[in-house]
Amino acid sequence: MNYLPGQTWSSQPAQHHHQFASASYNTDPSAHTSQPIVTGTSVIAIRFKDGVMMATDTLASYGSLARFMDIKRIEKVGENTILGASGDMSDWQYVQHTLDKLMLREQNENDGHILSPSQIYAYLARVMYNRRSKMDPIWNSFVLAGVDPKDGSPFLGYVDLLGTTYSASTIATGFGLHLAQPLLRKAVEGREDQIEEEEAKRILEECMKVLFYRDARSLNRFVIATVTKEGSKISEPYSVPTSWGFAEMLRGYGPQTQ
Amino acid sequence: MTSVAPQKSKSGFDFSNYSRNHFLDGKGLGGFTATSTGTTIVGLIYKDGIVLGADTRATEGPIVADKNCEKIHYISDNIRCCGAGTAADTEFVTALISSNMQLHALHTGRKPRVVTAMTMLKQRLFQYQGHIGAALVLGGYDATGPQLFTVAPHGSTDKLPYVTMGSGSLAAMAVFESGWHKDMEQKEAVDLVVAAISSGIFNDLGSGSNVDVCIIKKDSTEMLRNYVMPNERAKKEQKYGFAKGTTRFTKEHIYSMIQKEDVFEVGSTAPTPAPLPAAAAGAGGEETMDTS
Repeated sequence: MNYLPGQTWSSQPAQHHHQFASASYNTDPSAHTSQPIVTGTSVIAIRFKDGVMMATDTLASYGSLARFMDIKRIEKVGENTILGASGDMSDWQYVQHTLDKLMLREQNENDGHILSPSQIYAYLARVMYNRRSKMDPIWNSFVLAGVDPKDGSPFLGYVDLLGTTYSASTIATGFGLHLAQPLLRKAVEGREDQIEEEEAKRILEECMKVLFYRDARSLNRFVIATVTKEGSKISEPYSVPTSWGFAEMLRGYGPQTQ
Repeated sequence: MTSVAPQKSKSGFDFSNYSRNHFLDGKGLGGFTATSTGTTIVGLIYKDGIVLGADTRATEGPIVADKNCEKIHYISDNIRCCGAGTAADTEFVTALISSNMQLHALHTGRKPRVVTAMTMLKQRLFQYQGHIGAALVLGGYDATGPQLFTVAPHGSTDKLPYVTMGSGSLAAMAVFESGWHKDMEQKEAVDLVVAAISSGIFNDLGSGSNVDVCIIKKDSTEMLRNYVMPNERAKKEQKYGFAKGTTRFTKEHIYSMIQKEDVFEVGSTAPTPAPLPAAAAGAGGEETMDTS
């Protein structure tokens, strides 16, 4: 599994890639995030008939330690947009603060305009790319989802530490890229406008279950956030039932039968 | 004066890169790991036995070397092995173990067992410390029932009711985790395997082309080569040949490159030659070639 140059939060992801600053000390007096310390794992999101839906678990890992088990990795940005974060948690808090300031400034103008999801996305993408160009990245992968209140059109976009942006009807970050994206694509692609809210919730719950089975830095306690024309809501954390007895009959790893 | 250079070993593996790798490691530039290259292979146990599945793409880095290769190898009549990793390694190691299994079966007088193949494979792979890049899904139905194992390049094995290997293994495993349950029916099991391989084909760049399936039951083994072909080449919309006279020419030389030989067998047992049909190939015996 080292083969794929996909997402990994390790400070030395692949030997042959020319990456950012190494994990060693920095002689420069300025601060550069050279490796993420407290990290969050996947974010998954889909577009459905009435809007968009996103899910993350509530875990922030400290390497292999499950350090903080009650972290909100999805937050509202205004009433019509939600932002999900994976990667370094301190950079996520910085971005939350930055977007708060942005929304406050817009509010203080008091001219009846509010920022739409695609506008907030454009701002965030610029910030990310700008920091990467200074070799001082915000070490996150974000999923921004929302519904434009003016015309009801849904928006779902991805932006990461390199400033890469893309938009699709299914988005996933981290391990979700490998495990959840195939399931999301099969369930959603081609029939976005037929999926009701209940079905969308079931699709995301199924993916969170698979992620809990196969991602070693995940937790069976997650949050689902929905945005529709009416507004946004983030659920309380809950779990899905899992079954671990699939190999009850088997013993050992080879010829052993007792 | 005799040469003091070390002789290159004529057989087995060449470990002369060991000191180079060690040096690079010291500089922090090493870390060469065994890669599990472009493939999605899966196996599962269902009510009546085993279903194995594989994609059919062989890659050379970013290039597709073989669009329709066969990754489900024969070990014995009731045992098959899917192989991911270095193609030569998987082919040779499965062929070797298949041959040894046949000898073993003749020696013991019993039908071959899956654990025997598994033990032979793991002992060989461990001996070579991961340098043989073969990641295998071994499945079969023997006297002890259906058995399914994975063998990793370093020689470790896992015994599980459903397994996936290769670069597309996560995409396939996601499908298995949401769809597998104990005692599936055959149709259900085959459909799940096809879904898992398709997930690998469409979401992993190292896997592609068609789906091969193999169903191993108590008394039969069914090899369904190219069971599903979701990537057929589209029919060409027109004929793209050039009309005669497109290219103008100043001189014309016609060389006859075809050597016509009449072979007559002489002797009392020689068959009598049949008379040639009137128009052999086109008017005036002209050889034609379809240039569309």
